[in-house]
This record gives sequence, C-alpha cells and structure tokens, in this order.
Amino acid sequence: MSMIKVLAVLPFLGILVGSVFLNQVTPLVLGLPVLLAWLLLWVVLTSAIMAVIYLADPANRTPSTHTDPATHTDPDA
Amino acid sequence: MSAALAIIALTALGALLLGLRASRGRDMSLEQWTVGGRGFGAVFVFLLMAGEIYTTFTFLGGSGYAYGHGGPTYYILGYGCLAYVISYWMLPPIWRYARQHRLISQPDYFAAKYASPALGVLVAVVGIVALIPYLVLQFKGLGIIVATASYGAIPPAVAVWIGAGVVTAYVMVSGVHGSAWTAVAKDVLILAVAVFLGVFLPIHLYGGFGAMFAAIQEAKPGFLALPPKGESVAWFDSTVLLTALGFYMWPHSFGSIFTARSDKVFRQNAIVMPLYQLILAFVFFAGFAAVLKVPGLTGPSIDLALFRLSMQTFDPWFVGVIGAAGVLTALVPGSMIIMTAATLLANNIYRPLHGNMPDRQVSRLARRLVPAVALVAVFFTLQGGQTIVALLLMGYSFVTQLFPALVMSLRRHNPLTSTGVFAGIVVGIATVAATSLTHTTIAMLFPGLPEALRDLNIGIVALVLNVATLTLVSAIGRRVPSARSA
Repeated sequence: MSMIKVLAVLPFLGILVGSVFLNQVTPLVLGLPVLLAWLLLWVVLTSAIMAVIYLADPANRTPSTHTDPATHTDPDA
Repeated sequence: MSAALAIIALTALGALLLGLRASRGRDMSLEQWTVGGRGFGAVFVFLLMAGEIYTTFTFLGGSGYAYGHGGPTYYILGYGCLAYVISYWMLPPIWRYARQHRLISQPDYFAAKYASPALGVLVAVVGIVALIPYLVLQFKGLGIIVATASYGAIPPAVAVWIGAGVVTAYVMVSGVHGSAWTAVAKDVLILAVAVFLGVFLPIHLYGGFGAMFAAIQEAKPGFLALPPKGESVAWFDSTVLLTALGFYMWPHSFGSIFTARSDKVFRQNAIVMPLYQLILAFVFFAGFAAVLKVPGLTGPSIDLALFRLSMQTFDPWFVGVIGAAGVLTALVPGSMIIMTAATLLANNIYRPLHGNMPDRQVSRLARRLVPAVALVAVFFTLQGGQTIVALLLMGYSFVTQLFPALVMSLRRHNPLTSTGVFAGIVVGIATVAATSLTHTTIAMLFPGLPEALRDLNIGIVALVLNVATLTLVSAIGRRVPSARSA
C-alpha cells in the first residue's frame, strides 16, 4: 500500500504543474483546446488512480464495516 | 403563463410532494432531520454529496463563466479531482470520530477535537458567513431561470422571491431525506440536459466541436486557454489548490460525511466522484457555444448566457425542461444550505449560549429560523452585482480557513492549542473579509512582485496569515503551562 499511495501525487502534478506547460489552445486535441483536453484526461486518470489505490488498500478488504470504531484501525491514520 | 413556466412550476411542485412523502411516517428528531439517522449507503451519500456539488453554480455559473472568461473556467474541473483524492484519507477518520462521539455538525467536531465550546461557536459563525454567498448564488440562479422562462412576464426581483419561497417551503417539509430523494431526480435530469445541450449546441450551431473551438480561437485568440495576466496560470494553480482544500470544509459537505453508514463509502466515492466531473465538460461546451451566438453579455449578466442561447434555439416547452433542471439544481443544494445554516444558528450558536436545551426544542428553533435565513439571502441577492462564480469563490476563501485546524486535528498528537486555532481562524477570516469588501488583489498590495506572484488568489494571503498565527499562538500557549509546572 505504502508505495501505491504515492500515486495520489500524480493528479496534483498533472493538474497543477502540467497546466503550466500545456496552457495553449491549438493544435486542437480531439476537437478540444489543449488545456481542456489535458484536464479532462486527468479527470479520468484521477478516477483510475483512486481505483488502484482502493484495490491495494487493506482497509477495504475487511468485509464488515460496522465494526466498533475502537477496533477498526486505519493503517493510514 | 408560458409553456416553459408551466413546466418549471410543475417540477417545483413535484419536488415539494417528493419531500413531503420522504418525511412522512418518520419522527424527525434532530439527528434524523440533519444526518438522516446516520444510515446512508454509498449511493445515497454519493447523491447527497453530488447533489450539493452540481448546483446552479455548475449549470449557470459554469456555462456563464465559460462564456465570459473562457479558459479560466477549467479551474472547476481541476479542484474537484484534487478534493476527491484528499477525501480518500481525510473523510474516514472524521466519520469515525463523529460516529463515536455522536456528533451532528461541523462545529461539534471542532469543539470536541479541541475541547473548546468557544471554537465550536466560531466555526459555526464561519460556516454561516460562507453559506450566505452560496445561498445567494442559488437564489440568483432561480431568479434568472424563472424570470427568463416567463419571457419577461415576471420581473427578476419577483422571480427571486418566488424561488426563495419554494426553497423555504421545500426545506421546511422535508429535511435531509427530501434532499436525497430529489437529488436522484435532479441528477438524472441535469445529466440528460447538460449532455444534450453540450453535444447538440456545438453541432447544431457550428457543425461540430472542432469547428466551434476553431471559430472561437479565430475570433478571440487565446480565449480558450489561460491569459498571460490576471486569471493566469498562477491564478489557476492557487485557486485550484485553495478550493480543493476548502471543498469539504463547507458545513453542509462536512455534515453529509455524518450521514454515511460506514467509512468505506468515502473511499468508494473517491473513485466515482471524479468521473461525475465529466458533466462539467458539457456545461462548458454549452457556454462556449454562446460566445459567438449571444455576444455582448458582460459583468454579472454572463450568467444568463446558457438561457439566452436556449431561448434563441429551442421551443418554449424545451426551455421549460432546461429551466426545470435548473430549478432542481438550485432547490436541492439551496435546501441543504438553508437547513445547515438554520441548524448551525440553533444548535451551535443559540444552544451553547442558553444552557441545556433539549434536542426537540433546538430542532423546532432550527425550523423556525429557516425563513429568516432565506430572507437574509434574498436581501443580498437583490443587491446584485457579482457573478455566480465570484460569489462561490468568496465563500470558498472563508471555509478554507478551517482546513489547517482540521488537518492537524487528524494527527494523533496535535501540537495546536484551541486558543491558537481560534486566533488563526479569526485572522484568516478577517483577512478574507477585508480583502473581499475592498476588492483587494495581491497585485494591488505588492505591485512590485513578478506577474506569477501578483496573480495568486488573494485567499492564499489569508491562509498564510492564518497558519502563521495558529502556529505562533499555539507555540506560546504550550510553553506557558509547561514553564509553570516546572
């Protein structure tokens, strides 16, 4: 989990840093301005990245989610 | 009455009936009315949270900003994504703590974590102050829809009163259950309408997406990217970051965390919620389609762009369907906002100052405050003058001031003292208030800075001062008692 968690940094890099370099309209990508296409790509990638993190996270493998909060320890806390 | 207005009125009536049905047969305790008895699963929490996020702001504000400002509108796509990434780790511990201590509101959380009822009252005040512009923008949207759909028969001011009346009636009959059920209807309708408009308008009016964007680029070079000055890349990055941090600091978003049945709900939603953002792209397309077709709207009137273009393009009955979607996008979040503000006033400000009031009495007082909150927002709405996006950004600057104290409260050993946090939030809020009232920007405060720094969102200044204050005051506070005990 610890290594996979690092993936969560990518949306920040893509959206905040990537936009600095891709702040342009042309050439249109799939008919869209470059910056808009780039951000839409990151919307989809963010979802995919969170899915990978979710699957790798041991906290989501416990079948019962109604456990007593005191015994339910989150490894990330 | 025009066909458009009739369809809109029927929709509002339908929402009221749904709300009435949802609340029937339930004894609505304070916990029921506000957090739905803490029994909502992933789908319901998702709808409740999405219901709050896809508001008039997205529908009219997003399209209007795309029309009036172009590229800078893309910030709305960015901040949601980053907020959902953060939510994966931030929301579960908040939920667990709230469940353990049976908390029902955001101020309860801060008061409990920092063992300071005074901090709870302050957080409630911050929440209410931030919610007012948010409510104003919903009323503004409702006013635009009703006035436009009446084809001039209803003046905008009367339309605002009608919209506020419907939202007030709605929240008084239904509470949080009504919100969740209407959210289902609303999401289906807004999804269909936004996708249809976003696809149909560019193809019908320009012959395709590429053709539309090429035409806009030709007429207004660079309009579809960030400008070199003003709403530049620096503005974009700082605004995305600030609003992402503030995303779950809204009292109503924070409150919807408590409605979840388990903490897994949030981790699942962190996967799905970003995809939901894709609707925004279609809203932008519709706004961009208006750029060359309804030219000339400036200032606060840019919010009218989507509706003006629809009226030019479609029959009145279809304008009514778009209006109905718009009414629901204002009704659901509007009711959540009013309910939250009224509950904050009753439970987190009035109650601590008046000894031990029983729940039943607090809940009755909250309901009675609903019309009062609505009246205040109507007053500000009729003052006018700001775009929908500007109103929301102001609210965001306020709520983001709660973020540092919240994040630190999740640590096992929190070095911050309640006095430090209190002082930090006060300094942050005062800075936001001062800069918003005087319309100050960083460029005005520090004209000598390079362009990249001059364009930073002014909210950054408030947040930096906030963090500096809470660190400093906490450090002093910790040293004093330890020196005494030594």
